[in-house]
Amino acid sequence: MLLVGEGLACVRGERQLFSGVDFSLAPGDLLFLQGANGSGKSSFLRLVAGLLRPAAGKFLVDGEIVAPDWEALQTQLVYISHHDPVKPAFSVAENLVFWMGLAGKGIAYKRGTGGGLVAEDSHRALEALGVAGLADIPARLLSSGQRRRLNLARLAAIPRSLWLLDEPTVGLDAAADRLLAGLIASHRDAGGLVIVASHTDLGCAATGYLNFGHT
Amino acid sequence: MIFRTLIIRDLVLATRIGGGGALAVGFFVVAAALYPLGIGPELVLLRRIAPGILWVSALLSCLLSLDRMFQADEEDGTLDLLMLSPFSPTGLILTKVFGHWLTTGLPLIIATPYVAMTFNLEYGVMMTLILSMLLGTPVLSLVGAVGAALTVGIRRGGMLLSLLLLPLYIPVLIFGAGSVEATLFGIGAQAHLIVLLALLLLSLALCPIAAASALRLHVRS
Repeated sequence: MLLVGEGLACVRGERQLFSGVDFSLAPGDLLFLQGANGSGKSSFLRLVAGLLRPAAGKFLVDGEIVAPDWEALQTQLVYISHHDPVKPAFSVAENLVFWMGLAGKGIAYKRGTGGGLVAEDSHRALEALGVAGLADIPARLLSSGQRRRLNLARLAAIPRSLWLLDEPTVGLDAAADRLLAGLIASHRDAGGLVIVASHTDLGCAATGYLNFGHT
Repeated sequence: MIFRTLIIRDLVLATRIGGGGALAVGFFVVAAALYPLGIGPELVLLRRIAPGILWVSALLSCLLSLDRMFQADEEDGTLDLLMLSPFSPTGLILTKVFGHWLTTGLPLIIATPYVAMTFNLEYGVMMTLILSMLLGTPVLSLVGAVGAALTVGIRRGGMLLSLLLLPLYIPVLIFGAGSVEATLFGIGAQAHLIVLLALLLLSLALCPIAAASALRLHVRS
């Protein structure tokens, strides 16, 4: 997948956050978004995801303009926002299985020991983030770092080529930081694209930077 | 299928958290039972006012759980996932509406015969009441979804939601209560029930689209 943005502008409220942003991502590339709080990094990610629409400019996927319904992009991305959409009443595994279903991933259900629904791939994804041992406990008992890990397990559970990560390391400990860096590295090796906004160095080399200024 | 997953999720959430269904039925039963207690054992009077009271109670109890229909998903970011899902937002909303009806409308209908007894309604009248509720309560959930979608970004938007929705519920109230009254007076309820059916089909066609637009508007603002 080849993703190109040309002359992108974003207006929220009456305020223009940025304009004339160009970027280009080839397989294996990582675009690093820098900038002060409120400079438009999160809005930029929402723009790529199609949750916001650009005031000007366009996106091209493999040379084709992303149509108004954004389907060409939305079916190929995983978006990790600063919210963790974890339902406290569900178990850890149930949360992940629901997200997988919502992303349109066909899952082989089997009855788990806890009586809940357990999918085989979800277990592997939880393992990748080091929370497989928590699979059957209710998510309301998770710490904020564990909730974050569970949310990030979507990256491993849902195979998509474009990852949009908004401050993915908030609340993570050093071990989880390394797990995430490893996930990102293997995703890029497999030809995946990553756009990440972060204030810390993620431990992976970026191929491009976008600076939103106001620093 | 995702629609089954979504319905199961909403049902499980409703039962595990409590709130939703049980609360609506409890409110319906208590609110409707207050009238016979307040008015006293005037059998003729109770029979005469039963249709209106039962329908108004059903309307109000349906409102109770509506404000959380999309708000819980909005607060924790699930709404973004719903919007990014490859499935059509209209279909997902229709699924959530069905889930809402299963946890609110259906329990109300099941509780209705017991409440109807306190109003001295005989079998035939009660059957019309149940039939009218079968046709009418889905309309409440469908129209309610539009209101819930419009007020999704407003914290404590429950009051606004009531102001927005109660006027829109008036046709359901008129024809729902009207059908029961018509049976009570022995003039047949077909006409009222057909209008209720028309309301159901109309809201089934329009409300999911309107709610999807309202949610999209909210996400993009």
